[in-house]
Amino acid sequence: MSTTTEGSTRRGKKPVGQRAAEWTDPRLGLYKLAKSNLRKIFPDHWSFMLGEICLYSFIILILTGVYLTLFFHPSMNEVVYHGPYAPLQGVRMSEAYASTLHISFEVRGGLLIRQIHHWAALIFIAAMLVHMMRVFFTGGFRKPREINWLFGWTLLFLGMFTGFTGYSLPDDLLSGTGIRFADGAVLATPVVGSYLSFFLFGGEFPGHDIVARFYSIHILLLPGLMAGLLTAHLILVFYHKHTQFPGAGKTEKNVVGMPLLPIYAAKAGGFFFLVFGVIAAIAATVSINPIWTMGPYRPDQVSTGAQPDWYMGFSEGLIRVMPGWEINAWGHTLVLGVFIPLMIFPVVLAAIAVYPFIEAWVTGDKGEHHILDRPRNRPVRTGLGMAWLSLYFVLLIGGGNDLWATHFHLSLNWITWFVRIGFFVVPVLTFLVTKRICLGLQRRDRDKVLHGRETGIIKRLPHGEYIEVHEPLSQEQRHVLTAHVQPEPIDPGPEVDENGVERKINPVSKVRAKLSRGFYGENGQIAKPTVEEYEEITSGHGHH
Amino acid sequence: MSETGSHNDVPEQNLPSEHGAHGGDVAVPDDPFANPGHPPHEFRRQDIDERAAKHSERVTAGLFGLSMLGTIAFIACFVIFPVDKIVFIFPFGNVSALNFSLGLTLAVALIGIGAGAVHWARTLMSDEEFSDDRHSAGADDALRENVEQQWIQGAKESGFGRRKLIRNTMFGALTLVPLAGVVILRDLGPLPEDKLRHTLWSKGKVLINQNTNKPLRPEDVVVGSLTFAMPEGLEESQEDFQEQIAKAALMIIRIKPEDIKDKRERDWAHQGIVAFSKICTHVGCPISLYEQQTHHVLCPCHQSTFDLADGARVIFGPAGHALPQLRISVNDEGNLVALGDFEEPVGPAFWERG
Repeated sequence: MSTTTEGSTRRGKKPVGQRAAEWTDPRLGLYKLAKSNLRKIFPDHWSFMLGEICLYSFIILILTGVYLTLFFHPSMNEVVYHGPYAPLQGVRMSEAYASTLHISFEVRGGLLIRQIHHWAALIFIAAMLVHMMRVFFTGGFRKPREINWLFGWTLLFLGMFTGFTGYSLPDDLLSGTGIRFADGAVLATPVVGSYLSFFLFGGEFPGHDIVARFYSIHILLLPGLMAGLLTAHLILVFYHKHTQFPGAGKTEKNVVGMPLLPIYAAKAGGFFFLVFGVIAAIAATVSINPIWTMGPYRPDQVSTGAQPDWYMGFSEGLIRVMPGWEINAWGHTLVLGVFIPLMIFPVVLAAIAVYPFIEAWVTGDKGEHHILDRPRNRPVRTGLGMAWLSLYFVLLIGGGNDLWATHFHLSLNWITWFVRIGFFVVPVLTFLVTKRICLGLQRRDRDKVLHGRETGIIKRLPHGEYIEVHEPLSQEQRHVLTAHVQPEPIDPGPEVDENGVERKINPVSKVRAKLSRGFYGENGQIAKPTVEEYEEITSGHGHH
Repeated sequence: MSETGSHNDVPEQNLPSEHGAHGGDVAVPDDPFANPGHPPHEFRRQDIDERAAKHSERVTAGLFGLSMLGTIAFIACFVIFPVDKIVFIFPFGNVSALNFSLGLTLAVALIGIGAGAVHWARTLMSDEEFSDDRHSAGADDALRENVEQQWIQGAKESGFGRRKLIRNTMFGALTLVPLAGVVILRDLGPLPEDKLRHTLWSKGKVLINQNTNKPLRPEDVVVGSLTFAMPEGLEESQEDFQEQIAKAALMIIRIKPEDIKDKRERDWAHQGIVAFSKICTHVGCPISLYEQQTHHVLCPCHQSTFDLADGARVIFGPAGHALPQLRISVNDEGNLVALGDFEEPVGPAFWERG
């Protein structure tokens, strides 16, 4: 390669890469695009690679998914199985199920690709959730990134349904049970439920259409939408430039890090192969969704321990612990026992989606933020995020209540009651505990700034007193611990005007001021040390 | 590939002591909390010691080489192992030789590239940090005014605001045209009509034991057993078998008549043999777990529990109403038969159920 380049340069020709770029530039504006992006600065932090895992597992899903479409038959036509898997020989099944067996047992490498696809889907959604939590707890969603937060949230939401429509395709006993559940949920919709069900299934459940319909949703509609959103998400990350944690030399006006070319091109490109390689290793060694053990779907058969994939577990929890309320009146039935969980499911997800707007409104924050928060410095936000996560996990327990019961020898009924009560209580407790921990950590930061780091060295003074030696922090450490802004709560104004006449304060403003006090009032944050406090302590008696 | 070349001889002035703080704020000496500014760049061993750099180069090349071997091994495994070969591998147990070997060789091929690239980036590419300025996404006043002017001019030239008739009819047309898209979805499925209310059961229809495919006789059903039954004439090969069995599936148990607490249940039974819909009234899973002593049945999907000795009422879980019971008797040949269809819809509740 290098010899040809040298050879052609000697003849007065430019290297082939440069010639290609110069041919393309007048047609695509390549150079202008590259000018601000080739050496674009990206800050470095381990948590910034969580989003990369999402992107790479999505790419892996597309690659393996295209392969699977080459062999999968999205058809519910019935066939009698005569393949190599002996236990199912002579069994009547849909073509969808038979072709999945074919991929698993007859296509060389088919099982591997199927397992990579399924594992990548689980990792994709897990990575999106963890990535979203990273952005949430560090305040990365604040202006100007609220819209990108919504893009990301929508990707998570669509990802869950792409997963559901995907694992429903093989038409095995487990996935058919999941579709049966979906039908029951659709039927519970007031007024139009049975119509929606008949339109979805092309008639009575299960019908002959649902696999083909889910197939086009799973391989075309949802991934198409997601690919678009993902591109927009990445463009905005580039456009806004990445956020950074507080540190030496880092300000709201700059972005400090290493350039895209070469460091991030190599690291991120390499990381794609690492993610792919790890998923391949998992798929080689850990079996997932062995559909041949479940058998084909029949509406009158079921296996015990039926579970959706993990990301649907919290909706499963909602549906399992909800009391079976039904209102029968005027010849109609309102199936609250199914419809309420069906509505809480998007509400739980939407709560986290709209949080950036609620926080900005409550705190009156209109500024741009590029320096990330340390979670402890925003105790209310961190508490709310943890409360949301705890709700999610309580519902996950509810979704697997049978497995908890059999694995830990607990009473199923007690677990269900625990989740029913925990749904309301655990998030509140989690909020209070998290907020206290954050405030405690803030006090610790304050002590560290004012008194230095505990070294663990005990010194005996000449007069017999023992003291622990504290080592002062470096300028950078002091800066990191004090860089955060501590906003004032919103003041709704005095209750009386200058003439002593009672002012009418809008009740909404009152609520807002109260919430704002919750965020930034006395109980919402510990005042960070001031320069005066620091100087008083360090100038007088040096070590404490 | 001369990436190490630039590090061969690091000039003295590039060494840490010569680097001043750059980028970011400059520390104000009397503010103890001020941003100290960008710290000087610290060099790695590879930047100064060509031997260390050579070592990193060899490791990187070794990882890329390992990847090549991985791909070759992948192809070899693809050719060597038959698709149905099962091998025992500790601690994974009996696994498909092809799946196991293809997956691991692919993993080696991929991880080799990934680890090589990351190692290269971390040890040999410059790790000097730079600072870039940020710019607000928003426009300044002049630009905003310019764009607003363009918009106003465009709007004016269109006559959009002035010619209300055009505007309103256009809105009307744009509102109506999606209706075509909605209407065309009509044939996604037939209307429900009363299909959810009826099953294949009707007067005189024989109960077929699903295990033996033979008519069910009272003497086949003993106390403590659970039998699944379907209507006679329903064949697996039938086009609508799945839709029919989804509604008609039955659970048959026998309870001592004096143990049946619900009067209607006793009346609809035959000598203590009761037939209930197998389809859960919650979201439609088939119920299959039966507790002989208490006559409770549990749906394995969401754990709704029904008391079959008491009209199949719900005693736990998310189901909203009792399982429908099928009235049964025996015919002249001594086979169990239905005395009609279910009196209420089976399966999950819906708006028109009433």
